[in-house]
Amino acid sequence: MGQFAAKLFSKKSSSSTVACIDSSMENLDNRKEVVLLACGSFNPITIMHLRLFELAKDYMNETGQYNVIKGIISPVGDAYKKKGLISAQHRIKMAELATQSSKWLEVDTWESCSKDWLETAKVLSYHQQRLEAENFDSSTVSPPSPILPGGKRKRIDDTDAGEPKPSAPPKKGPPELKLLCGADFLESFAVPNLWKPEDIATIVAKYGLVCITRSGNNTKKFIYESDVLWKHRSNIHLVNEWITNDVSSTKIRRALRRGQSVRYLVPEAVQQYIEKYNLYSTESEDNNAGSILAPFLKNK
Amino acid sequence: MRCKIPVILLACGSFNPITNMHLRLFEVARNHLHQTGMYQVIEGIISPVNDNYGKKDLAAAKHRVSMVRLALQTSSWIRVDQWESEQKEWIETVKVLRHHYSELLRKEATNFKAGSEIPTEDIATPAYTAAPELKLLCGADILKTFQTPNLWKDEHIQEIVEKFGLVCVSRAGHDFQQYISESAILTRYQHNIHLVKNVVQSDLSATYVRQALYQGQSVKYLLPDSVISYIKDHDLYREEGK
Repeated sequence: MGQFAAKLFSKKSSSSTVACIDSSMENLDNRKEVVLLACGSFNPITIMHLRLFELAKDYMNETGQYNVIKGIISPVGDAYKKKGLISAQHRIKMAELATQSSKWLEVDTWESCSKDWLETAKVLSYHQQRLEAENFDSSTVSPPSPILPGGKRKRIDDTDAGEPKPSAPPKKGPPELKLLCGADFLESFAVPNLWKPEDIATIVAKYGLVCITRSGNNTKKFIYESDVLWKHRSNIHLVNEWITNDVSSTKIRRALRRGQSVRYLVPEAVQQYIEKYNLYSTESEDNNAGSILAPFLKNK
Repeated sequence: MRCKIPVILLACGSFNPITNMHLRLFEVARNHLHQTGMYQVIEGIISPVNDNYGKKDLAAAKHRVSMVRLALQTSSWIRVDQWESEQKEWIETVKVLRHHYSELLRKEATNFKAGSEIPTEDIATPAYTAAPELKLLCGADILKTFQTPNLWKDEHIQEIVEKFGLVCVSRAGHDFQQYISESAILTRYQHNIHLVKNVVQSDLSATYVRQALYQGQSVKYLLPDSVISYIKDHDLYREEGK
């Protein structure tokens, strides 16, 4: 109730108020369903990561065209070899603790279970296939038979001649899978040898990006300066983050090494987990020191 | 072992509603004071302002206090105090400080009495022989408000920095060194003003949270889940401009 009703009271311009009234009566089935996927180290997960999802969902839903139904957090595998990366087992557990109170966010371990590092395009492809398979399954299974008072299921062949049969819902395509990221992720496309050009093209052409940015103008400029991004700019949704929330995992790790509190920067359960297992020390920050980041090795 | 000064941090404000940023101020301030090696922060107190403060959109004190209480359920050292909000009228910050300081002395006296049977050599631990200090915890924006004409009485500002002390946490867009140098009183007592750099900058404010709520946007992860549920259950922050 909250979101649409609150909009009716808000002091927005009359045209958007009309749009809001429409959306409150609108059948959500008319919107494109979207699943947001975020890839990254999550070393550790912070409230900033979680906020990206909330901001993206609000933005996409408010356009009136989309209905964000799920958010997936996919921590990178240990084979990524980033300096300071601690084991995937811990990073996954922390992400699970962080999302336990969320109704729509979940953690996926497929990427991190792989022995080798996987390109983001491959992770997107895997999740796309999963969504297509789920969609196929749900549209071929017949609707469950109605339960009568007394708890007995009515058998499908026991149709009452006078009762209209419930019509099967129209077959929907799978939800659209989009990559959720921050502006720094987008700008990493320019780092030599980090990304395969064909992967960048696939990501923006086939899937699409929802990119949370603090400085929209700089990000727009970055898109403008790239032919492939410019070509698919309609598939890159820029979401403004009005409040600076400078909670980077790097700062969290630094604070922990220096014995400083990270409470309220990471969810409570994550902070307790970090403390319990004493993750993030000077030693852990030296993990993979001297190793080459996996994509650089692969793209040589 | 060097004797550490016990410190209690008191934060006054609307807490309309309380956010993770408010809670962070306490953590950051405590860290800073501990890392000087001179202080032991023994308690934090959040004192929500009286309804008669008259600020726009101020939710009722009983709600603001309840929300703070919920937010502090998992904190081992910070508590909410209702004294200020229960008074008949709005009270100046310096009076709130005076009240809490006299409470502090009263408790000390009670503890001392209780322990008076035991010879002092046995109970004396270096950490507890120094007199506790009560300090006002605030963001750099409050320091700036000292300059607003007629908002604070000069003698109050002086009493706050001279008798109690400030722990002031930086905020983006505020230059606290400048605020200090622009004020004779603050310059004189700058030894009693602890400037804490907040490395993790955040513009998060209760104003932003209220705006987001009015517009039906998510505030998850900006304040504790229990506070968000309370806001929903009690229909708070639904309309702007009450």
